[in-house]
Amino acid sequence: MAEPQRARPKPTPETQHFWDGTKAGELRLQRCDACAHVYFPPRPFCPSCASRKVSIFKASGKGFLYSYVINHRPAAPGFTPPYAIAVVELDEGPRMMSNIIDCPQTPEALELDMKLEVAFQALDDNITLPVFRPAKR
Amino acid sequence: MRSNQIAVVGAAETTELGVIPNASQLQLHADAALNAIADAGLKLSDIDGFATAVETPQQVCHYLGIKPTWVDGTSVGGCSFMLHVRHAAAAIEAGLCKTVLITHAESGKSMIGKQPRSTPADSLNGQFEAPYGVYGPPSMFPIPVLRFMKTYGITHEQLASVAVVQREWAAKNPRAMMKDPITVADVLNSRMIAYPFRLLQCCLVTDGGGALILTSADRARDFPRKPVYIMGTGESVETPMVSQMETFNSSRAFKTAGPLAFKEAGIAHGDVDHLMIYDAFAHLPLFGLGDLGFMPYEETGQFIADGNTRPGAKLPLNTNGGGLSYMHSGMYGMYALQESVRQMRGIAPAQVPNAKISVCHGVGGMFAASGTIVFTNER
Repeated sequence: MAEPQRARPKPTPETQHFWDGTKAGELRLQRCDACAHVYFPPRPFCPSCASRKVSIFKASGKGFLYSYVINHRPAAPGFTPPYAIAVVELDEGPRMMSNIIDCPQTPEALELDMKLEVAFQALDDNITLPVFRPAKR
Repeated sequence: MRSNQIAVVGAAETTELGVIPNASQLQLHADAALNAIADAGLKLSDIDGFATAVETPQQVCHYLGIKPTWVDGTSVGGCSFMLHVRHAAAAIEAGLCKTVLITHAESGKSMIGKQPRSTPADSLNGQFEAPYGVYGPPSMFPIPVLRFMKTYGITHEQLASVAVVQREWAAKNPRAMMKDPITVADVLNSRMIAYPFRLLQCCLVTDGGGALILTSADRARDFPRKPVYIMGTGESVETPMVSQMETFNSSRAFKTAGPLAFKEAGIAHGDVDHLMIYDAFAHLPLFGLGDLGFMPYEETGQFIADGNTRPGAKLPLNTNGGGLSYMHSGMYGMYALQESVRQMRGIAPAQVPNAKISVCHGVGGMFAASGTIVFTNER
């Protein structure tokens, strides 16, 4: 659903592959070819060992709820409070901020450590956001 | 850096604090600076080093008519002024300048002459946090809290008690914005802002400023005020994105800056008579007590709930009322420093009797940066 005022990411050369991935229905992470460190957000070198030899790969899209707030006020443009702002820990290791869909935005429903899986929300023709929903397994 | 070679010889806040609709942010810098100059018995022409944050050094120096030979524009959020103190002490010791003025001011409430904060859409924050509905510090700073609570068994009531105890301190301070007593129930029944935090667990939004003047300890004897010596310092940064902290069970920046300052000062936790931990939100004193090594994280909530940081108790904490009840213009670190200096001078409204060592710990951004200063009034 279009949310015209919601903040829209603007990709840079270093992050374009990530946004190309979400548009294609893939959550893409990067792994260092030298030390195997998996990291996020995107950059063309390893923040652990400084190697520039890194690879992009499709992540499993699975993770768990690491922490969150349920924002009541002030609400960001394009959001109807209360809404959860979550941090998801991916099975591959990195964490990312996201929203949790298909789940009541309440402390009772949003249990820390609950299993999550990625879903994709198109904001417009160029930008698709990765969000997460409770895992079905 | 060697302990006690540099001293604070001038310290003052703006003439007014709170809602100041008749002054721009730049003028608030000047008001604080002029008050600090008067406090130190100096002239503006005596200042040869200058540091500030958000506003540029060139802006404030030109407005005040200062011609510095050393400047520092380190701007890492609300603890920038702790970093300025550290950098100024090093600069004076290195002979780069003799007398440093550090100013902070923010028209945080009235927004006069203040640039609104913005997050560019192509920044990493703009790409990977802003689209998920973060909107100002209340929606971001508490994001680690639920994980911290679960890991250490911290309760909502314990986190509410932080605000209750600080209100007790604020009640003793005529300049505090909020002085009426509150209870844990009042906190837990106040308006929800960003679960788990309610209104009374979030800092105030006010106007104001403050300024410090530092010089060498040898010169400090000639000044009208009792010198307050810089005993130890520490600083660090972690990440501008709260989602990318190494862990929500502690702050890496806190754990770097705090112990550095303790080590440099050569003190143990039992030596600390007075403690300031920047409290933009109610969880910060718990992170601070744990990250600075005062006690295991599991004990931090109960320690405050049991009254150990209240007036008259063993570890006086945030004795001006803190960002929750004293004032918070947006970059509160300067006000924490001012309270440490008042306590070391022996002139604080809620003075801790015979306090000789004060630890002042600051945060910048959402755990993005940290600075710690250990002060003493004995050399």
